Amino acid sequence: MSNTCLLRTRGLGLTIPGRVLLDDFNWQIQAGECWALLGRNGSGKSTLLHTLAGIRPAQTGAIELPHEGNLQSVTKLPRRTIARQMALLQQHTAYPFDATVEQMALAGRHPHLGAWQQESAADFAIVGQALDDMDLSGLEKRNVSSLSGGEARRLAFATMLVQQAPLLLLDEPSNHLDVGHQIQIMRKLRELIEPDNNKKNNSAALIAIHDLNLAARFCSHVLMLFGDGRYLAGPLDEILSSKQLSELYDYPIEQLLWDQGRCFLPG
Amino acid sequence: MRHNYPKATLFTLVTVCLLSLLLALKVGSVAVSWSDLWQIISGRENEWRELVMQLRLPRALAALLTGAMLAMAGCLMQVLLRNPLADPYIMGVSGGAAFFALSAMLLGLSAAFIPAAAFAGALVSILLVFAVSRGSGPWSSTRMLLSGVVLAAGWGALISLILALGPDNSLRGMLFWLMGDLSNARIPLAVWIAFPILLLLLMLRSRSLNILALGEVTAAALGENTRHLGWFIYLLASLLTAMAVSIAGSIGFVGLIIPHAMRLLISNDHRLLLPASALAGGSFLILADTMARTIAAPLQLPVGVITALTGVPLFLYLLHRARIHS
Repeated sequence: MSNTCLLRTRGLGLTIPGRVLLDDFNWQIQAGECWALLGRNGSGKSTLLHTLAGIRPAQTGAIELPHEGNLQSVTKLPRRTIARQMALLQQHTAYPFDATVEQMALAGRHPHLGAWQQESAADFAIVGQALDDMDLSGLEKRNVSSLSGGEARRLAFATMLVQQAPLLLLDEPSNHLDVGHQIQIMRKLRELIEPDNNKKNNSAALIAIHDLNLAARFCSHVLMLFGDGRYLAGPLDEILSSKQLSELYDYPIEQLLWDQGRCFLPG
Repeated sequence: MRHNYPKATLFTLVTVCLLSLLLALKVGSVAVSWSDLWQIISGRENEWRELVMQLRLPRALAALLTGAMLAMAGCLMQVLLRNPLADPYIMGVSGGAAFFALSAMLLGLSAAFIPAAAFAGALVSILLVFAVSRGSGPWSSTRMLLSGVVLAAGWGALISLILALGPDNSLRGMLFWLMGDLSNARIPLAVWIAFPILLLLLMLRSRSLNILALGEVTAAALGENTRHLGWFIYLLASLLTAMAVSIAGSIGFVGLIIPHAMRLLISNDHRLLLPASALAGGSFLILADTMARTIAAPLQLPVGVITALTGVPLFLYLLHRARIHS
C-alpha cells in the first residue's frame, strides 16, 4: 500500500532573534508514521510544531499540505481547511472563562460545523467516545477550572481526538500524566496511526517528547533538533542510539537491553 | 448546545424586558394607571397618550437599545482580551467620544450636534487604535490592548483639561454627559438599521467567539483566522459602543456587569450569552433610567449614577453566590 504524504517542508528555516534554530529543513511525514520530535529545551520543538501548523509564519521555505490531490502551500489554504487536516495539542492549555468538560471537547468539532449549524447528535457521540477513551466519562458537566493537571491534559487530548484530523502535532502530550495514562495516550495514538489490518491507515503523528523510553517503545521515526540549525531525521531503529542521544542532549545517555527491547537512562 | 433551557432562558429575559418597558411607561411624574396604559397601547384616545408615546416611550427605547449595545460590546471586549473584567470603554472609544462631545459643548454648539460629535470622536479613537496597533509579524491582541489603554488615558487627560478650562455654566451639562444621561436621548434611524445588522453578523460568528475565548493559538488550530476575527470583534464592539455613547454619554458598569452576570447565571456559550446579555442589558438600563427620573423627582439624576450604585452591590452578590455554588 502506497502511503500518502500528509505534510512536506521544503527549505524551511526557523529563527528566533539572534539564533538560527533550524536551517534548510526538508522533511515529510506520511500516513502510518509516528515521529518522535527530540531536542533540548529551547531547541525549537514547539516553534517547529507551531510553524508546521501554520500558526507561526515560516521565515524561509515552504510548508505544503495535500489538498484536492496536490500538495499546496499552507499559507494559501484557509485556516478551516487546515484544521480539518491537522490538529495541534499545545504544551499548555488555559481556560480564562468557565466551561464544562463537554463544551470544551465540543470545541474540537468547530472546523467541521458551518456558521448556523448546531452540534448534532453525531458530534455529541464523537465527544462522548473521546471522553470515554480518555477516562473522562462522568466528568462531562464538571467545570474545566476544577480539573486536576492530568485530567486537563487528557481533556486537551480528547479535544484533539474530536477534531478527527489525520495529522496530529503534539507538544509533550505525556506532561502531568501518571504512568498508566502515559501508556494509554501513546497506545491510542498507535491505534489511530495503525488501525486493525483491514482498515487503511491514514493518520500520522509528530510528538515532541522528553521521555526517550516512551518514544523508543511507540514511535516509528525520530526527528532530532540540535537547536543550531542542524537536524537528523529517519527511522527510529537507524537513528536512536546512545551515541546520537548523548550528542543531542549534550549529556551521557546509556542504553540498556532487556527482553522487551531497549531503554535509555541518563548517565 | 443540546439542552432545552436556552429557549426558556431567552423567553424569561424577553418577558423581563417587556415588563421593564411597561413599568417605564407607567411610572414617573404622573403615574399612569394600568387601564389608561392599556388604552394607549391599544391605540385608543387617552389624556396621557402624548406623555407616554412622545416622552416616555422614546426614552425607554433609547435605554433598551443603549443597554443592549453596551452589554454586547462588553461581551465582545471580554472575549477579545480574554479577560472577564474588560468593559466596552477599555480601549478608549468612550474617551474619544467624550472629548469630542465636551469640545462641542465648550464651543457652544447646539445640543443637536452633540451625538454626532461624540460618534465622530469614537470613530477617531477606533481608527487611531487600528492605525497604531497594525503591524507585521504574528497577530497579538496585547499590542492592540496596550494601544487602546494608552489612548484611553490620553483622552482622559484631555477631558480633564476641558473640565478645568470650561466655563462654570457648562460644567453641569458636561458632567451629566460624562456620567451618562438619557433625558434627551433619542435613537437615530441609522442606529435602528445598524443594530440588527450588527447583531446578525455577531450571531453568525458566535461559535467562533467561543473558540477565540480559548486563546489565540487554540483558535487558530481549530480553524479560525485570528487576525481577521480579532479585528472583526474589535470593530463591531467599537461601533456598538460608539452608537451607545453618542446616544447617552458614557454610562458605566452596564457593559462590565451584565455580561459577567449572564456568564455566572446562564452560560459562557456566546450563542446564548450574546442575546441574553442584550436583553438583560436593555432591561437593566430601562429600570435604572426609570429610577433615575423618579427616585428624587422632580429632580432627574444621571442614569450612570444609578447603574453604578445598583450595579456594584448586585455584582458583588452574584459573585458571592457563584462562589458558594461552585
